[in-house]
Amino acid sequence: MSEMQSRIAMSGGGPENPEQPVAKGGDLTQIQIIWRRFRRHRAAMISLVLLALITAFAFLGPLVWQWGHTVNSDIPSNAGPSWDHPFGTTKQGNDVFAQTMRGAQQSLKVAFTVAVLSTVVGATWGAVAGYYRGRVDAIMMRIADIFLIIPLIVAVASINGNVRGGATWYAVALIMCLFSWATIARVVRGVVLSLREQEFIEAARAAGAKASRIIFRHLLPNAAGPIIVAATLLIAVAVLTEAGLSFIGFGIQPPDISLGKMVEGARTAAFTRPWLFYPPGVLIVLICLTINFIGDGLRDALDPRQTMVRR
Amino acid sequence: MTTTENINDGASTAVDKDIVLDVQDLNVTFSSEDGPLQAVRGVSYQVRRGEALGIVGESGSGKSVTSMAIMGLLPKTAKVTGSARVLGQELIGLNDAQISKVRGEKIAMIFQDPLTSLNPVYTIGYQIAEAILTHRKVTKQQARERAIELLDKVGIPHPDRRVDQYPHELSGGMRQRVVIAIAMANDPDVIIADEPTTALDVTVQAQVLEALEAARQETGAALVLITHDLGVVAGHVDRVAVMYAGRLVETGTVEDVFYRPRMPYALGLLGSLPRMDEARGEKLTPILGTPPSLLDLPRGCGFAPRCPMAEALCHAEEPVLKEAVDAEETDLHHRHMAACHFGERLVDVRPEDLFHPTSLDAEVPVEAVRAEGTEASAERGREHEASSEVLLSAVDLVKNFPIRSKGILRRKIGEVQAVSGISLELREHETLALVGESGCGKSTTARLLLQLIRQTSGEVTYMGQPLHTLSDAQMRPLRRDLQLVFQDPFASLDPRMTVTDIIAEPMQIHGQGRTAKARVKELLELVGLNPEHGSRYPHEFSGGQRQRIGIARALSLNPKVLILDEPVSALDVSIQAGVINLLEDLQDELGLSYLFVSHDLSVVRHIADRVAVMYLGKVMETGTTEELFAAPAHPYTQALISAIPLPDPVKERTRERIVVTGDVPSPADPPSGCRFRTRCPKFANELDDARRNLCVEEPPELLDRGTGHRDACHYSQVVELI
Repeated sequence: MSEMQSRIAMSGGGPENPEQPVAKGGDLTQIQIIWRRFRRHRAAMISLVLLALITAFAFLGPLVWQWGHTVNSDIPSNAGPSWDHPFGTTKQGNDVFAQTMRGAQQSLKVAFTVAVLSTVVGATWGAVAGYYRGRVDAIMMRIADIFLIIPLIVAVASINGNVRGGATWYAVALIMCLFSWATIARVVRGVVLSLREQEFIEAARAAGAKASRIIFRHLLPNAAGPIIVAATLLIAVAVLTEAGLSFIGFGIQPPDISLGKMVEGARTAAFTRPWLFYPPGVLIVLICLTINFIGDGLRDALDPRQTMVRR
Repeated sequence: MTTTENINDGASTAVDKDIVLDVQDLNVTFSSEDGPLQAVRGVSYQVRRGEALGIVGESGSGKSVTSMAIMGLLPKTAKVTGSARVLGQELIGLNDAQISKVRGEKIAMIFQDPLTSLNPVYTIGYQIAEAILTHRKVTKQQARERAIELLDKVGIPHPDRRVDQYPHELSGGMRQRVVIAIAMANDPDVIIADEPTTALDVTVQAQVLEALEAARQETGAALVLITHDLGVVAGHVDRVAVMYAGRLVETGTVEDVFYRPRMPYALGLLGSLPRMDEARGEKLTPILGTPPSLLDLPRGCGFAPRCPMAEALCHAEEPVLKEAVDAEETDLHHRHMAACHFGERLVDVRPEDLFHPTSLDAEVPVEAVRAEGTEASAERGREHEASSEVLLSAVDLVKNFPIRSKGILRRKIGEVQAVSGISLELREHETLALVGESGCGKSTTARLLLQLIRQTSGEVTYMGQPLHTLSDAQMRPLRRDLQLVFQDPFASLDPRMTVTDIIAEPMQIHGQGRTAKARVKELLELVGLNPEHGSRYPHEFSGGQRQRIGIARALSLNPKVLILDEPVSALDVSIQAGVINLLEDLQDELGLSYLFVSHDLSVVRHIADRVAVMYLGKVMETGTTEELFAAPAHPYTQALISAIPLPDPVKERTRERIVVTGDVPSPADPPSGCRFRTRCPKFANELDDARRNLCVEEPPELLDRGTGHRDACHYSQVVELI
């Protein structure tokens, strides 16, 4: 239904609600409708394809590529791009193409772990706080605030250096989770605060539903839009943070490699041997851009008021 | 359609000079995701100077879009064709700067919601003055004086003080009057009022309609009154135009349209309306089905799919608006016109001859069988009071909501006394109605009875078992017996769940999940919906169908008591009738008890066995429906009854009225003594000071004062109003 139509219906309303004519696409399920809207968002669709390609490159590429990301005595030192080494090689003798694949893989793993974990924890935390309100809400949100006010980079940097295994990708991801769930919790709490006043929540309460049922069956599904959007944006932030951490030397440690680490290693070579610097750099930018566009597209597709056709 | 032009004859040349608004063949099309949406199709009408034209129609009929197109208020995505002239000046196609000169000066508009049509950051005086200064060359001082004068004319007390107040300091009714004052600021030739009283309570509605009348007298403007309320139209306009699916389907004088409708839709609307002035026993006759989608209009008459007398011709060819068969009026302007191929068959036909008193929706033909059966039981025994047992009762129920200060401490700085000492008894197989205006605490009372919110003090018992002492967990098994149906069929169903899941949820909660599937089908059939539609989502249903889903959900656990919180007030009249009939049938079949919360006295009179009238958290009067409506004793009840507009032009214009002034006081600071005294016409006009003292000092108790039922007025006196 178009925005216009509902606006008219409202202004013309009467006490009767906007009695919208049933849409022709009435047989579509919610997901089909969202997918149909999403497809119209051209930038998001291109981004989705691009991100799928990057993901395939990062995870499937290493399986078929002839070189690994580690030092290999068969690899010449400091070679320029060639069919054998499309992005050239490093001084130590790594294939940069293989390194890029490995780096992208690590970055994506970190990013998606952070997004999934933070979203699950944050959404539940926020929904519980928003549903109970009052004192429970105050205490839970003050705890969230503590995690919000500590700068992520400083926290990760200080913990990474002092914890065993702090430099593997999952450790980096876990620590980043610890300091990013609170943003999601805030978003979800806000949405839940308004949702809980809706009549269908009261209907569930009148039927005798327990709090857990109301939160997981009614509140969270209805907050799915903002949650998904916040989660996609969190992925982009996680990719950047991971790159930044690796760049300053607190992220994933050698012999493993990440995109940030590669940029750091090649930063003096940006002008002399650009094939070392640009592939990881461009990939970071691409991942972030595509995810941001996908987030945009999802937000528009999930928001029923945003139905104006986009080009 | 330009029928009016074609049949112009010599007599109308003199008339034409008098016409201030002339709309010809107006079409509005929106582009939507699913294709073009034809909101208005070929609408033509004319309004003479000083005349009042009512445009009635249900939601989505295009009545508001028409006026917004005339005012040039539609967004650019809307395609508007045709012509609308004010005093000969064409409005369609003007650019923003050009039409701004016309708006406010020649043609003014009053919107539905007075909350949003005033700017909260300016004083009302500034906003009225602004309207004057835009079109007139006067000084600010003059504009302000004029603003005060206007406020006085629309009936705002102490206009010289009110003028410097901000919108939030005024009540809804006051704000709407300010909007009317702005509309009349430049003596426009046409005032378009779009549902001006829909957001207001009935007693306030009467006042605002009066202010509108005053505005018309004062400016001599023509009035186009757009509303869904046939009662409002009956009393306040000269001519009526009925809209359906974007077209005008019937026009004529109020008397013609109300007493001699020649289009089945108009007849059906009148039949589906519960009326204050007719016998109670009869069932309502709803119009089956829902209005057509404007995206996918039928080829023939838009009403044909719902029309009981539709024939092949109706489905093939759209009827034009033509002279009704018995139109006697020689003046073309007032001539009765109807868009129906078979209008002549409606002569002397009553709504119940054409439409059937059924509780169904059009969709399920299988169901017709069941409907026949229930028709017989329409004559329901309503007097079973003595024998039946009390199911749910409340004694001295009080609920105060704390008002807290802003900031961290959130100190308690006051209390809203939502419910102050209500005692009720709901008996088996009985409908008890709680009636009152918004803010009187009727919904809060309903939720207290269900223990969805906890009372400040008082007792609630269900079948002798006290509920107010139970914890939430102890309360859970009892919820099976006590269920709730909500007002808003759009907000009360979880949009992310299928209908089957929604209806099955109470059963899953109470551990009956295994049998739920079969039961859902049964329930869908019971409420008149297609049982195959269980896998659909709520947004695929119309408002009336959604309300049926809500009722099915409430019935899923076989409750004994249903608490209905304004169950039909969000529905269009033609659909409302079907839901009311359904509720009545269900009560007969399942032996339910209803607590019916409503602000609509005509619906209450139709469905309830006993009525309790609430005002500011207290019961003012209670008794059986017959007693209360035949012999209201409390001044508030009398005022409520006389404020309900009757859908009958003659009765509506001639009836005796008891009018209350002012607005409902804040429940945070209710008046001492009798809570109604600040608005009471008896207190203001009839009582002397000595007797007034009693009202000020002592709150009257709810007692039988010799009227046969109980009222809370020191000086109660029966008045017959219907």
